[in-house]
Amino acid sequence: MIRGFRRADFWSGSVLAALGAWIVSEAQRWEYLGPDGPGAGFFPLWYGIAMVVLSAALVARSVLAKGVDESRGPLAWAEIRRAFGCWCSLVVSVALLKVVGFIASFALLSWFIVAVMFRQSQRLAWSIAFCAAVGFYLLFDVVLGVTLPTGVWHLAAWGPAWTS
Amino acid sequence: MDILSGLAQGFSVALEPLNLFWCFVGVFLGTVVGVLPGLGPPATIAMLLPLTFNMNPAGAMIMLAGIYYGAKYGGSTTSILLNVPGESASVVTCLDGYQMARNGRAGPALGIAAIASFIAGTVGVLGLMLVAPPLARLSLAFSSPEYFALMTLGLAMVVLLAGTSLVKALLAMLVGLWIAGMGTDLFSATSRFTFGRTELLGGIDFVIVAIGIFAIAEVLANMEPRAGPRMLPVPRGLANLLPTWQDMKDCRFAFFNGSVLGFVIGVLPGAGSTIASFLSYGVEKAVSKHPERFGTGVIEGVAAPEGANNSETGGALVPLLTLGIPGSGTTAILLGALILWGFKPGPLLIEESPALFWGLVASMYIGNLMLLVLNLPLVPLFAQLLKLPAFAMYPLILGVSIVGVYSVSNSLFAVALLTVFGLLGYLMRKLDYPAGPLVLGLVLGDGLERALRQSLMMSQGDLTILFTRPISATILVLAAAILVIPLVRRMNAVRLAAIAQES
Repeated sequence: MIRGFRRADFWSGSVLAALGAWIVSEAQRWEYLGPDGPGAGFFPLWYGIAMVVLSAALVARSVLAKGVDESRGPLAWAEIRRAFGCWCSLVVSVALLKVVGFIASFALLSWFIVAVMFRQSQRLAWSIAFCAAVGFYLLFDVVLGVTLPTGVWHLAAWGPAWTS
Repeated sequence: MDILSGLAQGFSVALEPLNLFWCFVGVFLGTVVGVLPGLGPPATIAMLLPLTFNMNPAGAMIMLAGIYYGAKYGGSTTSILLNVPGESASVVTCLDGYQMARNGRAGPALGIAAIASFIAGTVGVLGLMLVAPPLARLSLAFSSPEYFALMTLGLAMVVLLAGTSLVKALLAMLVGLWIAGMGTDLFSATSRFTFGRTELLGGIDFVIVAIGIFAIAEVLANMEPRAGPRMLPVPRGLANLLPTWQDMKDCRFAFFNGSVLGFVIGVLPGAGSTIASFLSYGVEKAVSKHPERFGTGVIEGVAAPEGANNSETGGALVPLLTLGIPGSGTTAILLGALILWGFKPGPLLIEESPALFWGLVASMYIGNLMLLVLNLPLVPLFAQLLKLPAFAMYPLILGVSIVGVYSVSNSLFAVALLTVFGLLGYLMRKLDYPAGPLVLGLVLGDGLERALRQSLMMSQGDLTILFTRPISATILVLAAAILVIPLVRRMNAVRLAAIAQES
């Protein structure tokens, strides 16, 4: 399990080293020092280099570390899967914003969290989804005047027609 | 403007009906956030930030600050009743608070937490009022090199925000600097790190990153476990919540210790309320006549840390408002909010925006009073919030986050970025990368680069300008000293380990 954490440090360090190297390569395309002082590449070059050095240190430490780190518990993959499942549902809901608008996509997200993630009854899940979506519409769109995404069917735009 | 006339102006601002309302909303929401484990003040402030853009900045600041210090009052409730800290500063309160509740003294534990919070919170505001104006006057002589040094000092605070690994904290800060650097460079009009997307030409809005890293990541992290802990019963009626006269006598030193230590720790950027509460608990135990009883349910063990974490708020606002240095994730978000509203947090803030500064100070006196009233008789009501099912709460947090980001940007691209930063925040938690340094880098990155480039323009590229000016040099030496602290500590630990091995 601890090895898992060390692998995580190794991989996160490697990703950050790659990011740092990319920042350095991008910064080299921009002016470093001009007649008026430092250019656009001055600052990114230095923090890019710092990122490469520090992440290399992290990778080296994860490779060279010996013994068991007792301060860390085992990785709970089932729990991580639940969190990742929630994130995926959020991504789908954001992707749907353009098509079905905020109200429908938020209702679906709420239903998914209640019914699928927390395994509550369908009746409860749909009730919460409906109430949350209508509540958000009334609070933000009607009361606070915040424009919400309406989607291709302009679902939220039906609201003013109902309320007028 | 002297302190008394400033305070008079502050009360005229804070006592406006609308500002009183926002103060109440802030402290009420803060208490709710403090009571609910898993939803911290940074996440709440980040979520609500977009909704404040149409508000009067003084009212908005009063409300957001109310959430900040209100959460510290509420945090003790879950520590005492559930043995789960509502927020990180209330961790120590679990030690004796939960034991008191198990011994049938939940009422006095909750009561003394509210009273200590009120006393120390008020002392903290008094300290803010007395210390901030002279400090701001002292820093009026600052120019670009001094600002650069000051922001370097702010970034050096990452050492104190670092969790288990300084390297990871520094890497998180560098990622923050990178995100801050995205968009069009204002000096040369060069597009940097925009990936060819026109949406990124203006840079990434601070709100998107803050909501993603704190609010979305918090929901994802809380989504992991299925079942929650069991709550101990809450005593009903004010009489059952009030500590006895003997309890109050026992807590005399704890009130003083929590108030003074909390404020001093708060002024030191980066130390934070968790450290303040741990230290005051340690001091309380060290001077106690019965240190062996600590951890079994002694009332001073609740009063000292609860006082310290509330007094720390006033202290933490000193470097934020006078030097523009945030010492924690929450104050970094408050700094971002001030910048978004068009203020320049730093030496000139009190001079240029007295209504904001003094209005905030006065509102904190009023807010502390409101919190005492809210937290003494209404604790049983707030405790009912703990029965709110998580499956009903998390969709609401996600919904507010989406609406918040969309209302700022009117762009679905920004909402998509929110999901990316949400995942980043979650991965950072799982991989032990602290989020505070990233926000610190993000908030200070732009100003740091600008100050450095302006300084070097002043000196025509000569770096010595940063070290030859006395104030700038002193601050840079201080920043270097802060960066060296963990190195010295580590070397000392290695030395001690070697000595122990030899013997």
